[in-house]
Formats: sequence, C-alpha cells, structure tokens
Amino acid sequence: MALVQVLQATGAADPGFSTWRPTLYAYCIWASALCWGQVLIRGERGKRVLFVLPAALFVISLTVFPLIFGLAIAFSSWNLSNPDGRQFNGFANAVQMWSDPFYWNALTNMVWYTLAILVEYAIAFGLALLLNAQIRGRKFFRVAFLLPLMLSPVAVSWMIGKSMLEARFGPLARLARWLGWENPSFFGTLEMARLTIMVMDAWTFIPFMMIMLLAGLQAIPKELTEASRVDGATGWKSFWEITFPLMLPVSITAILIRVIFKLKLADIVITVTSGGPGGATDTVTSFIFREYRDRSNVGYGTMLAMVYLVMIIVTMTAIMKLTARWARPQT
Amino acid sequence: MSETPIFRDGEADRRYRMQWFASRFAIYGILAVWAVICLFPIYWTATTSFKMAPNVMQGHLVPWWDYQPKWLGWKSLGLSPDTIGASSTVRDEFLKRFTNSAITALASSTLAVGLGTLAAYGLSRFRYRFGPMRNDDISFFFVSQLILPPVVLALPFLVLYKALALLDTRIGLILLYTLTVLPIVIWIMKDQFASIPTELEEAAMVDGLGVWGAFLTIILPIALPGMVAAFILSLVLTWNEYFFAALLTSTHANTLPVMVASQTGSQGINWWSMAALSFAAILPLIVIAALLERFIIRGMAAGAVK
Repeated sequence: MALVQVLQATGAADPGFSTWRPTLYAYCIWASALCWGQVLIRGERGKRVLFVLPAALFVISLTVFPLIFGLAIAFSSWNLSNPDGRQFNGFANAVQMWSDPFYWNALTNMVWYTLAILVEYAIAFGLALLLNAQIRGRKFFRVAFLLPLMLSPVAVSWMIGKSMLEARFGPLARLARWLGWENPSFFGTLEMARLTIMVMDAWTFIPFMMIMLLAGLQAIPKELTEASRVDGATGWKSFWEITFPLMLPVSITAILIRVIFKLKLADIVITVTSGGPGGATDTVTSFIFREYRDRSNVGYGTMLAMVYLVMIIVTMTAIMKLTARWARPQT
Repeated sequence: MSETPIFRDGEADRRYRMQWFASRFAIYGILAVWAVICLFPIYWTATTSFKMAPNVMQGHLVPWWDYQPKWLGWKSLGLSPDTIGASSTVRDEFLKRFTNSAITALASSTLAVGLGTLAAYGLSRFRYRFGPMRNDDISFFFVSQLILPPVVLALPFLVLYKALALLDTRIGLILLYTLTVLPIVIWIMKDQFASIPTELEEAAMVDGLGVWGAFLTIILPIALPGMVAAFILSLVLTWNEYFFAALLTSTHANTLPVMVASQTGSQGINWWSMAALSFAAILPLIVIAALLERFIIRGMAAGAVK
C-alpha cells in the first residue's frame, strides 16, 4: 500500500498523461484486485477483511493522499493563474502567514464563535428539558424545532440574513424599530455583525444539540428523579444535583461535536457578509475561500489550512483530555 | 351568614393547582415562542414568493388579509400555473441544478451507507490488525475524519481534480461528499450493530451460512432502521453542502445551493423570485423532516447515549 502511495506521488511529480485519469482507474483496479486477493489468499479471514477494506481504501485514497499532496503544496508558491506552475519556496508561506493580520483576525473570530456554543448549549438544554416534560403536541414541536437544522445554510442566509434582516422593511428590522432601536443595522458595527452571524448559526444548530440532550434526558431512569422528589428536592435543586451531573457525558459529547461543526462554519459567512465588515465575521474557512477565489493563491491557502488543521487537532485533543473526567458516566 | 362548604379544596391544594397551571402555561408559552422562531423564516420565505414589490416594501405578512398573493416569484422561475407549459430558460437552469443536487446527494448517500455499513459491521464484530492499528484505532481513524475541516482538503482536491479531469463533474462531487458523510454513517451504524446481539449470527452460522450470508440475510434487515437514519442524515447534509460545490464546480455540475448563492450576490433584489428559489430549494427537506422526523432524531441521538 505504501508503495502505491509513493508511486502515485512520484507519478504526480512528472505528469506523463494529458490528464491523470489513468492513475485513478489504476487505483480502482488495484483496490479491487487487493480485495479479491484477500479473499483468495486468506479465505475465511479474507472475507472478514472485506468488510472494512473498501471503506478504508476509499478514505485513505481520498484523505491521506490529498493531505500529503497538500503538505507539498503548502511549501510552495503556486498561483493557478501563473503559467510557471508550482515552485518550491520553503517557509515563505509560513513567514507570510505569521504577519498576515487577517488570518489571525479570522482565528480570533473562531474563538468568539466557539465560545458562543456555551450559550447555544444553555438554550438547547432548556428546550430539551421542556420537550421532555409531559406535553401535548410533542410531534409538532419536534418537527418544528428540527426544521432549522434541515435547511440549507445558503437558503437560510438568504431567508434570514438578506431578507428578514433587511434594514428598511425586513420584519426583524421592523421589530427592532418597534422595540426602540432607531436605526437597526445588523451588520453595521463589528460586534453586531459577528453577533448576527452567531445568532444565525445558532438558529441552525440549536436543534442538533437539543436532540442529543433530549436523548440523554430520556435515558435517565425515571426512578432517580422520582426518588429525589420523594427526598424533598425541589425542581431547581433536583436539576443541579441529579439531572445535570447525569447529563454531563451527553453534554460533553454534544458540545464536542458542535465545536467540530462550528470550526467548519463558512457557508453563512461567505454568502451573507463575505467576512465583512472589516473582517469582523471572517472564519478561517471563508478567509481561505476568498484567498483562493480572489487571488487563486493555492500554495498560501493550503499553508493556512494546514496550520489550521494542526491547531484544531491540538485544541480538540486538549479539550478531550480536559473533559475526559466528566465525560465518563458517573456511577 | 354563609355556610362554609364541607368539601372544598384546602389552601395548599389550590396553591398547588395554581402553580401547576402557571408552569404549564410557561412551558407551552416558551415552546410556542421557539416554534415561531423556528418557523417564521420559512413562513416569510413562502409568503414572500407570492408578493409584489409594494407588498414587500410595506412588510405585509398575512396573505389575502393585507395583500393579494400573486404568482410573481414563481412566474420568474417558470413554475407558476400559466408559465408551466411554456419554455423557460430559468426553469431549465433550475431543473438542471435540482437534478445535479438530487443525483449527487442520492448517489453519495447510497455509497456512504454501503461502505459505512460494511465497515461498521466489520469493526463491531471481528478483530482486525493493520500494522499497529487495532479495532479501536481503525474506528477512531474513520470517525476522526469528522474533525478534518473541509477547507484543508479543498485546495489539494481542487488541484487534484483538475489533473484528474474531475473538476466540475458530478462524480467528483459524489466522491467528496461520500467522504464527508462516511464518518457519520459509521458512527450511527456502529451504534446500531452494537444493539444487535451476536447470538443471531452465531445461530445463522451454525445453520451453515457464511460470514457474508449471515450478514446479508439476518443482520441487514434488522439494521435497516439505522441505515435509513444514516441515509437520511447523509442526504440532508449532502443536499445542503455549499463549500465544495462552490469551489469545485462551475457550469455543468453545480448544485442548487450554488445557484441560490449566486443569485444573492446580484443585488437586483427580486425578492419574490429569490424567495421562490429558496423555498423550492428547501421544500424537499421540509417534506423529509415532516415525514421522517423519527429517523433523523434517531440518527442524531445515536452517539449521545452510550
């Protein structure tokens, strides 16, 4: 397997075909040959390998290889509009990144966006608690609450970002004026623009956390809450001392997955503000997207993305280590 | 002198009932407010697609009551009753994008559920060793793809696809989308297979079925709900995907979200036609959500409770 990777990489260094399509076909043929070979050589055990092998080959060819390739691009100057093609330029991209205020600005924004998850979590938890209560029309509420998650972020950014927040006659602007905000502009100041993007993203993703938390709530044995009531714990106290500790593992999982999704945030930003005003709403993804679209700068963009990936891995590992204590179900 | 009735509610009883009603009221109140927050943008889009310019400017809200609905937005898409017969370039464009979206979403979800189900089954039933990697490491390898932000893969893929002549093709998008939803499918399906007792296959194998026979005839039908959940979730995610589609397609293979986004950029502000387009883009999802809500919730809750 490693050999083929190397072969492909060296094949990538000196293109012999007009397109590299044949490489793709060769890989497909090689992969199916490998699968058949496993069955023929190893018999029964080979048949078991056949369960995991296709997915593994698929993922390896589509992530590991592009990642290696990406590393090569990251250390080169490559502007797609430039006919010279790719040129190795060592750490020049890294140096440029170090002094690129917009990149660091985008990273700072990501910290803000990520912190907003705590508020989303609180709202989602509250809603999950309400949905878990004995209520009628649960089906209606579940569908209604689920809908924002299902809608395409691009459509959402038009529906809310462009239409409902429209300063002159959008219904939300109207509401804001009625509430006493003289000149509602949701993207006027830096903080306001960032907050607006946060709210729109929260609108889409609160259902996701809510459903995970609701599943967690429904898994709590009824006896526990009843016993606590018998022991005289009132609502507030029983929540903090029974429900919340029991919900910690689910909460950690929900927040972690939400962080992962938040770090990919781009669609709404690209379509509503393109990062403006003054980069206040820029996410790393939308910044790199524009870096490519406006300047076709593949090398630099890839370097930024790779650094971002390393940061994500470090942060996620740190968070997982730190929260591992609470993530285990308490006995 | 009034007689005090013998049977009456005590002070405590009455207070308790008051509290009960108050809390009911609060619960339904908050739920209703949130439901409005969730549904209003959809309502707004749906009604705007039937508005004329002055209706939009004056912020009319309720059809027939403060404005007269017109087919204006849908006419511009070529989808209103009186234009449905005539030929329309916008409608052709829209249908082309719609087909692209549908094909990529369906194909990649099918592929992902196929590959992911097999992998999840293998990982939950057999022991593997791949170099230093054991089962847990292999599972982690698959699921950790979720952390990979799309932007890291985007530019290498762009260059690679250009070289492979896969740029602006549906196949290219399908491969990439399969990759992005595969971790989620594996996550859901592992959870599903963990809930099926191993005795079932053991019995089947005693009866003379092979590994694959037992899997295909016994386990797969039981695991169907999980597969449906994974499939629908993948479908939603791939249908909505914008970032890769915007980057990797230009004229042939671009999907509905790209079309919607390209219309927002042009500030001609045809509110009604934008509204019609957005609403047409989200309508399939609303239908799916209303009909298959159980499966979606099941899929999302899969990882939550261990």
